[in-house]
Amino acid sequence: MRTDLLGDPIDGLDEALAAVDAFDDALVTGLLRPQPAQTDGLAALAAALGGTPLAALVAEAADKAAAGAAGEDHFVALAAGRTALLGSVHDALTARVREATGRPAAEEPAQPVDGEEPVANVLSAARAWLCDLARAGWRGIDHELVGGAAPVVSAMLPEPRLRRQATLLDGFSAELAASCPGATLERVPVRRWADLWSRALLLTLPGAARTPAGSTATGRLLPLGVDVQEHATAVQAQVHAVFEPADGTPPRLVRAAVSAPKPDTVVGAGLWQLLRPRMSLLAAVSEGRAMELDAMPVTAEGDLVWDDARARAGEPAEPFATARVALAAAGDPVTAPLDRHPARLAVPVLLEGYAAEREDDGPLTFAVAGHRLAVDTDRVPAAGPLTPEAIAASGACLGLLRWDAGEFLLQPLAVETTVRKKTVAVHAGAWAGGTTDKAGVRAEKAATDAVAVLRERAGKLLRS
Amino acid sequence: MFRRSGVNNPFDVHGRSALPVWERSSAARVVPPARPRKLAKVPFVELADGRLQGVVSSGSDTGRVYVSSIAAGTYAFACSTNNNRPCGGARGSFCNHIRALVTEAFLQYGAQRVARYLKADTSDTEPDAHALVAAMAATRPAQGDTSAAAPVFSRLLRHLAYLEREPATGPLPEMQWFPPTRAAA
Ligand SMILES: [Zn+2]
Repeated sequence: MRTDLLGDPIDGLDEALAAVDAFDDALVTGLLRPQPAQTDGLAALAAALGGTPLAALVAEAADKAAAGAAGEDHFVALAAGRTALLGSVHDALTARVREATGRPAAEEPAQPVDGEEPVANVLSAARAWLCDLARAGWRGIDHELVGGAAPVVSAMLPEPRLRRQATLLDGFSAELAASCPGATLERVPVRRWADLWSRALLLTLPGAARTPAGSTATGRLLPLGVDVQEHATAVQAQVHAVFEPADGTPPRLVRAAVSAPKPDTVVGAGLWQLLRPRMSLLAAVSEGRAMELDAMPVTAEGDLVWDDARARAGEPAEPFATARVALAAAGDPVTAPLDRHPARLAVPVLLEGYAAEREDDGPLTFAVAGHRLAVDTDRVPAAGPLTPEAIAASGACLGLLRWDAGEFLLQPLAVETTVRKKTVAVHAGAWAGGTTDKAGVRAEKAATDAVAVLRERAGKLLRS
Repeated sequence: MFRRSGVNNPFDVHGRSALPVWERSSAARVVPPARPRKLAKVPFVELADGRLQGVVSSGSDTGRVYVSSIAAGTYAFACSTNNNRPCGGARGSFCNHIRALVTEAFLQYGAQRVARYLKADTSDTEPDAHALVAAMAATRPAQGDTSAAAPVFSRLLRHLAYLEREPATGPLPEMQWFPPTRAAA
């Protein structure tokens, strides 16, 4: 991999991000009565979109918002403009990653299929709440305003077609609730909350959460590692893997995800326990096995929609061996238009021959070919055997290349270390399917007890 | 929590770590995950509706639970059984259920977040649960009416409803914004 390319400047990137930042700053104090600095921020967003199909729409919305008179459609237009700008950032970063990995791109995804639309009422309620948020600004949030999301989320949660909206709003509003009142916040996660706000707003539009038309996958699935994402009341585990089609077409990278809502007290190993029964692939990952797929549904973005009935355990397959043999030639999936955002970048890579460096308490970096790549050890799930210490002592790292806050980062999925002259692989997702590791067994027991208590108490309380 | 700067702040690490500019990070960690704790004594605790509230198991009767709460700011407290009988211990001051609630909230959310939510002045030191309970009790808070029990109960049902939802395998791209963190509350 050409890691040296990751540190080089990218044309137009700073300009696009400056416009995004200008708009994001305007959301900090809210758009109820915009001050001159805020109207400048709105104008910067509109100017950056000049000459694009969104130009007129965003310019009008920016004018209305600058006058403190933005309606729902104007907020939606601003969110769309911001999303388009970050989409262009995503594309530039993806092109750079492709140069660095030298891997081929898969085909462009098809257009989304028409589907049955979810109930509109709850989506309009979500939209109204998000517009109130934009008017109040992050500095203006209080418990009453943030609490307005609770009935929306409760109405969305039972509806499978609204899972994406529900999960996002639930995590976002919990974060806002923990940050109330906004007036006394020491610092504001400016880009993050603008990201979540604009994404949530766009997901209230009809068809926004539709997935592109997919096909089916038949062949061999070789897991590379597991990425875990969680907020207080949701968890998702995403397995990244190389898929070798049985029809002899070129191998490509795919993902398989399983997610679940959860009470906030279910954490650590409890997350694996929730997810494990729904996806046999997690057990295969722990056992170091491939899986044979038979007509498994797959979206045009390369997401397998997992069905245990369409998979069976295959031969042993070591992820580092897979990475060394198959990763370089595997095609990267193409991201659907609305999903283009730098936060979506999670590109499997294999890094070897680096020097792990850490100054004082600073971040861990891998120095390779004159470039330093920051290592995001914080993303490694606590319920697993991979530790920051093992990563710092490693000689090879299988990870996800990401980009955040202006730079590329490496999220380790697994490392190879040398123990008594023998190479040992340690995987972040090793406990996904279960474990005999002493610490792991203890964590599993604690998690089982926690859920048992919740269910038992729920039973007693509901009967009385 | 991210409001404080200082060496004790577990989230301060991001200022110096792999995420150099917290304000310009899409993946900035804002709320630390709940720390694991034993749930038998206090199966449910939450900071919501302007209260620290939860459900506390009875020490003597395994079939009984108490719904306990303290309001932010005023510390107005309430405690009653799930059958809406007032708690005998919560006449005039905090009962043992409320004390247990605060202790477990500290475990789950971290001292700073609880103290801050309750608007308890702890002068930026790391408060302990006993000290916080004593400080709040010293203000002679009013006894709240047990009408708080109904909303706590409905919040609990909402909480438990998460356990009833089935896992699903359709991708949730939005979860990319919610990376885990090894730093607990
Ligand atoms: Zn009591």
